[in-house]
Amino acid sequence: MAKILMKGNEAIGEGAVRAGCRYFFGYPITPQSELPHYLAKRMPEVGGLYLQAESEVASINMVFGAAGTGARVMTSSSGPGISLMQEGISYLAGAELPCVIVNMIRGGPGLGNIAPAQSDYFQATKGGGHGDYRLIVLAPASVQEIIDLMQDAFDLSDKYRNPVMLMGDGVLGQMMEPVEIGDQKPFELPEKPWAVTGRLRGKEKRLINSLYIVPENCEVHNFKLEKKYTGIKEAEQRWEEYRTEGAEMVMVAFGTSARICKSVVDRCREEGLPVGLLRPITLWPFPEKGIVRLVDSVKSFLTVEMNMGQMVEDVRLSVNGKRPVHFYGRVGGMIPVARDVYTEVKKIFNGGVA
Amino acid sequence: MHEGILIAGFGGQGVLSTGQLLAYSGMVEGKHVAWIPSYGPEMRGGTANCGVTIADSPISSPVVSEPTVLIAMNRPSLEKFEKVVVPGGIIFVNSSLINIKATRADVRTFYIPANDMAEEIGSSKVANNIILGALLELTRVVTTGAVEKSLYEVLPPHHHKMIPINLKALEVGAGLVRE
Repeated sequence: MAKILMKGNEAIGEGAVRAGCRYFFGYPITPQSELPHYLAKRMPEVGGLYLQAESEVASINMVFGAAGTGARVMTSSSGPGISLMQEGISYLAGAELPCVIVNMIRGGPGLGNIAPAQSDYFQATKGGGHGDYRLIVLAPASVQEIIDLMQDAFDLSDKYRNPVMLMGDGVLGQMMEPVEIGDQKPFELPEKPWAVTGRLRGKEKRLINSLYIVPENCEVHNFKLEKKYTGIKEAEQRWEEYRTEGAEMVMVAFGTSARICKSVVDRCREEGLPVGLLRPITLWPFPEKGIVRLVDSVKSFLTVEMNMGQMVEDVRLSVNGKRPVHFYGRVGGMIPVARDVYTEVKKIFNGGVA
Repeated sequence: MHEGILIAGFGGQGVLSTGQLLAYSGMVEGKHVAWIPSYGPEMRGGTANCGVTIADSPISSPVVSEPTVLIAMNRPSLEKFEKVVVPGGIIFVNSSLINIKATRADVRTFYIPANDMAEEIGSSKVANNIILGALLELTRVVTTGAVEKSLYEVLPPHHHKMIPINLKALEVGAGLVRE
């Protein structure tokens, strides 16, 4: 199969179309604007709808409407726009509506800048909107993986009737890499017996709602959601291990940071330092099982992120005090440099001395 | 092999397209490639640049922070990026538009009047490919054959008539630096 050179943002769009997504509602923001640009052209070609809404708040509520009819639908934005969408995301989670939300993270907080960052980890994995809910959060690390994970994103959202977030950063969105997209596979959308598609005489009334005014009922609803989340945690943790066999130290990093850590692992291994990498692919559910599997055989962990230390909290929860967990981060749109991460690794091996 | 090539100039000089052509050619040869543009709050007439990485092994960061090769198509690009080139690296200076010299002594510098030479062979539009030709000759990062094949892929069909002059530009550029 011939490869083509594609931008990460375009790959999200093509991946979505191939997964059967036919509705896009969004509002432009750097560094993800090539995605709506791509879909503005692509959606009409496949009989789909592209709509630039008047705001991010409108976009996410349009997603709510389309998802309620059972359609495969998505929106995308970057940090500030995703913040505006939080109310809608909470409603989608409460009403158990499947959809895909893309966040190509930029430097924050506030208006920040348009450079790449990973500082929306907390927002994506710990809530962001109000109420007890979870998003399934996927973190690709290459343009090829973006294409592949878009299919999974839509499948998981339908399977669990839950919003899925695909989270990248400016680097992944802007870069071009060779990808293999293959032929369009025939797809069949799953049955959605809950969707509101027009009332048929004699059929039971369907209602999509996140309002449970009686506390007893709302508690039952929360218990039901929690049961679903527990099932997802059990079944859907995904991660990649890179040269972890015999490792005394394991780095934990996702997305762009993980790419940089891979080259650090190679350099360390060449020099005989037993270092490996665990790359979470699902950020929620966090791949706790991967950490637990390694915790007894390694001496320490080093989490590398493009933020001030967010995923490191989940690493520490999974390690549960058994091993030291170190952190190294660059922020504000800065990207970790392999040489600096390597220095950090050496420092830890030398007992804290550079 | 791991080349990090930074191509920089004015918006409109075609530096992003030249980078894509180079990346595409690397892909055609089965190498690992990545291309990334500068995407700051740029304005018309401002600077544009892109980084192209071509390597034998998977590419960790696509950001070219320590280029092995710099192609400076205008003066601000030379002034801004000269200092980040790795020692022993190569700097190409488009001397048609840059009237200063590079100050680094630990890199190889080539002054190529790309716009003038491109006009001599028939079109100022192929100025970037004069320098690209010199780059290929010196580094062998990809073959001219791969670039030719890629031109047919990256140029829309109505521009295919420009391919011969693009190839001519590569040849002229290569000739300049050939021993």
